[in-house]
Amino acid sequence: MTARDLTELAVRNLREAILRNSLTTLGIAVGVASLVAMLSLGVGLQALASQRLTRSGLFDAVFVTSPRAFGGSGGGGPASHSNLVKNAKPLDEDARQQLAKIANVVEVYPQMRFSAQVKFEGEETGTSVIGLPESSRNTGAFDGINGSFFTAPQAQEVILQKDFAKELSSTADAPLGKELTLRYAERSASPSSGSGASILDAMAGALGGGISVVPREKVFRIVGVIESDPSAGIGSFGGGRVFVPLGTAESLHAAQPGDLQALMSGTPSKPTYLTLTVRARSPKDVQAIEDAIKKLGFLAFSLLDATKGLRIFFTVFDLLLGLFGSLALTVASLGIINTLVMAILERRREIGVLKALGATDGDVKSLFFAEAAAMGFLGGMAGVGGGWLIGRALTFGTTLYLKQRDLPSVQISSVPWWLALGAIAFAVLVSLVAGLYPAARAAKLNPVEALRYE
Amino acid sequence: MSNNGSFLNAENVCREFRLGESVVRAVDGVSLSVQAGEFIALLGSSGSGKSTLLNLLAGLDRPTSGAIRVAGQDIAALSSPELARYRRQTAAMVFQSFNLLPRMTLEENVELPLRLAEVDRKERGRRVDEALERVGLAPRKRHRPSELSGGEQQRGAIARALVNRPSILLADEPTGNLDSKNGENILQLLAEIQKSLGMTIVLVTHERPLAERFAQRFVFLSDGKLTGEGAA
Repeated sequence: MTARDLTELAVRNLREAILRNSLTTLGIAVGVASLVAMLSLGVGLQALASQRLTRSGLFDAVFVTSPRAFGGSGGGGPASHSNLVKNAKPLDEDARQQLAKIANVVEVYPQMRFSAQVKFEGEETGTSVIGLPESSRNTGAFDGINGSFFTAPQAQEVILQKDFAKELSSTADAPLGKELTLRYAERSASPSSGSGASILDAMAGALGGGISVVPREKVFRIVGVIESDPSAGIGSFGGGRVFVPLGTAESLHAAQPGDLQALMSGTPSKPTYLTLTVRARSPKDVQAIEDAIKKLGFLAFSLLDATKGLRIFFTVFDLLLGLFGSLALTVASLGIINTLVMAILERRREIGVLKALGATDGDVKSLFFAEAAAMGFLGGMAGVGGGWLIGRALTFGTTLYLKQRDLPSVQISSVPWWLALGAIAFAVLVSLVAGLYPAARAAKLNPVEALRYE
Repeated sequence: MSNNGSFLNAENVCREFRLGESVVRAVDGVSLSVQAGEFIALLGSSGSGKSTLLNLLAGLDRPTSGAIRVAGQDIAALSSPELARYRRQTAAMVFQSFNLLPRMTLEENVELPLRLAEVDRKERGRRVDEALERVGLAPRKRHRPSELSGGEQQRGAIARALVNRPSILLADEPTGNLDSKNGENILQLLAEIQKSLGMTIVLVTHERPLAERFAQRFVFLSDGKLTGEGAA
């Protein structure tokens, strides 16, 4: 029989016992729906997690330190052997240029962090100031910004962390657009007798004239207030409350904790960095960049291994979800077997007639296969639709829940085309396997006996 | 080809059935020749083995021993798919209980052998109409079997048997479920088909008077053995 005739006969046969076949098909649909819902949840959560993590900046960053830095502080690991320490290159401006030339590097920036006094509307508070690189603009941290990101890398602007903004004034949004004054210690090459009586002056004295620090004041405009801490992802591991553009921060020459160390390691004239953060174009470039940096003679590390762990976790997670989903489909396939075996009993005579009219065993087998496949296909389509709806419902419910807690909504379930097609193909495959036994039994039926059967 | 030029030649055909410990010989050493275009009737009481013999001739069953040559090939030696093709193209059957598929219209029932033989779709409609025309059921082709009388159903079954243009028609008690008037009409129809198409017909029946009016030759079976012959 031709495929078209087979399909026609199969569909006709399915239509005749419409209730039973619909129920069987519904069983498959429920099985496929549960499978699709489970897997779409897995896919959705994975996409959500990797998107968040990629945008957090943790996974496209390589943190570079000089072996000398650790050696100088005496806290080096086993890698920082004394020999290595002595010959190690300093992490200075030249090194920064070198690192920036590595392929797929977007930006190289030092950690800029210093303590300052913040004067706002007469009040004065101490806090730490962090320099933000341009590339941090694309991390998720600024999604919920009130106001805007810095207008230029050298702008005299600050962004405040929300809780800090609340400390400064009654509401978080009130300082927006106003000005504040930062009081900080400037590092200068020549010794100077500072006018202000601060401990910084005392410290400068203790250093013995290599460098000295001078108190300075500068006025900044408040352009934004943000909820989360963007500095977590840029190599400084959080804690920032006031953010300035990195270029601005560098031009301030503010005294940093690293200065003391740089001084002690013997190159006070040239500024060196404690750490540099290298931004990769995408997480997949990180490994190559890390290797290139190590070749240059610096220490480098990234959180790439953590993403590997994450991928393994999601593979196992998907597998488990898939297993639970498949369970329902297994039950559904038993339904197919039952329905088709019943159909053989009912249609014994019809099978006998078909054989008497010249149907081969193969024709009869194909007919039963076609019926099983048709149920699988229809059930699979309905199931994909149902699974998608369940996923949408889950997303909707989650969004409601998040909204109640004043959090941004997320897409926790996703049905990509490969999942939809795969689920339908899987349903057909399972149905065909379920049809194996009934089809073989129908094909083996002796026509003489089948025709005698009343 | 068979030795004496006959269309169908059965040689010492046996068919045994196992019933627990005992072996029943339903057909016991039957030898029979049928000429092309002949209308022959197998007569016998129930249990005489005439239906079993007919199933063997139709290729629905295989003999335990012996050879059945039809149009030059031994159908006892055919493989299962070859035997299916024999049923599809060479031998067609008509049953006592009509055996039209109840879920299909008359037209679709008649089309079924054409589907199995993978006849071109355009050709099918024409051949279905032709077969239904021959049995006088063309106007009723869209009806389901349950909407037809017994006689109509049997004529429909004959149309289905003819549609693939077989060379031999095997009828198993075709009048058994019909009243005498309708039974006579069916045999009349078979006789017409024999004459107009030159069809070879083997009729199994226990109604001797009816067979005598239409068949050219009778063969009597009893306990699986041939017990006699007669001509009209």
